[in-house]
Amino acid sequence: MNLFHYIGVFYGDSANWSGANGIPQRLWEHVLYTLMALGIAAAIGLPIGLVTGHTGRGGNALAFLATAARALPSFGLLVLLTLLMGLGLTPVMVPLVALAVPPILVTSYEAVRGADRSLVDAARGMGMGPLRVLFQVEIPVALPLILSGIRSAAVQIVSTATIAAYVSFGGLGRYIVDGLYQEDYSKVVGGATLVAGLALLTLGLFWLLARVFVSPGVRRSR
Amino acid sequence: MSSFFTMPSDLQHSYLGLVAWHLQLAMIPVLLGLLIALPFGQLCVRFRWLYAPMLGVTTVLYAIPSLAFFVVLIDWTGQSDTTVMIPLTIYTLVILIPAIIDGVRSVPPETHAAATAMGFGPARRYFQVDLPMAVPAIVAGLRVATVSSISLVSVGALIGNQGALGNLLEDATQYHRPILAWSSVITTAVLAILIDGLLVLLRRLLTPWAAR
Repeated sequence: MNLFHYIGVFYGDSANWSGANGIPQRLWEHVLYTLMALGIAAAIGLPIGLVTGHTGRGGNALAFLATAARALPSFGLLVLLTLLMGLGLTPVMVPLVALAVPPILVTSYEAVRGADRSLVDAARGMGMGPLRVLFQVEIPVALPLILSGIRSAAVQIVSTATIAAYVSFGGLGRYIVDGLYQEDYSKVVGGATLVAGLALLTLGLFWLLARVFVSPGVRRSR
Repeated sequence: MSSFFTMPSDLQHSYLGLVAWHLQLAMIPVLLGLLIALPFGQLCVRFRWLYAPMLGVTTVLYAIPSLAFFVVLIDWTGQSDTTVMIPLTIYTLVILIPAIIDGVRSVPPETHAAATAMGFGPARRYFQVDLPMAVPAIVAGLRVATVSSISLVSVGALIGNQGALGNLLEDATQYHRPILAWSSVITTAVLAILIDGLLVLLRRLLTPWAAR
């Protein structure tokens, strides 16, 4: 089978395992871009989503914003910004953040919005202020959904961060873009399997996060 | 302004030609994805144990970056439209199958029972009750799939001018004419927003009973 032959060649080549173009180095760069973009996207999307979900106002504006952000083509944005600003981290980060904000924003809004009203009323009746209601009731109940929004954002960043290589940045996209120009399919296939593996690892990580942080009571009711 | 709509001759397309090609590359996979996802979704509703493995497989496929997917496919399908459309179809499936399952499962059991009591057979109940009730969930999935499909077509530019409007990006870099990149990004975004609007309209037409 072709595909497995390429995979064998890629992982069997010891040159791919060390140095600036080695797998550990490229993997590390990829993880770094992902964490950076996810951090920025969460810093933008989470507070807005949680607060609008809590107050229940601005849902339409939010949906419109999310659609607009989704409509931006990541690859086009990357090339355009690089043309305008030159090579740099900003042209790489902007498309990734634009990609990740909508799922985080929309799910955190809907998660908090969908928290059982009787729980919220009970918390209010016990004399909790708005902030305590949000942090002690709404967020814990909404956590599984909030995490799933961040998870899909993370997976999309991992798979899209490959285009950074097109503007001479690093990451696992290097193998795919270089392999394409050198017509070296083993590199392309190897890079693709690494990205897919990293995305699966991300899924596993979020499964673990949910196990650790979601309160057992909430988990049982789902 | 003229170069916003005037395309470089090496693209061998007019502005509208690129738009039409882009829509074709993006929308055929979404339609195909919908056609495949409907029976698969129904299978998963019928046989619950199928859902987890199916979701696992599609999630792994989803994790493969579009660029890598395109390049790997060149081996089989050459540098053609098919190469771009296969991954987009699979991405659509990943988004639509869970949406369809959620939609069909969200039909209240009472509604289901009422339809059965009225003498609806399984097929008629599916087409006249389950499917219409699932329309909002399906359209929600279609919106995400369409917008991401329209955006991902551009990446096809990297595998040798198979990116429709995305091909403008290569030219913009090569000739250093940012206006071409603007044209590509703005047109793609406008297309995505327009089609998204059409889908919202479609949902309203298909679910006249829903609250506005």
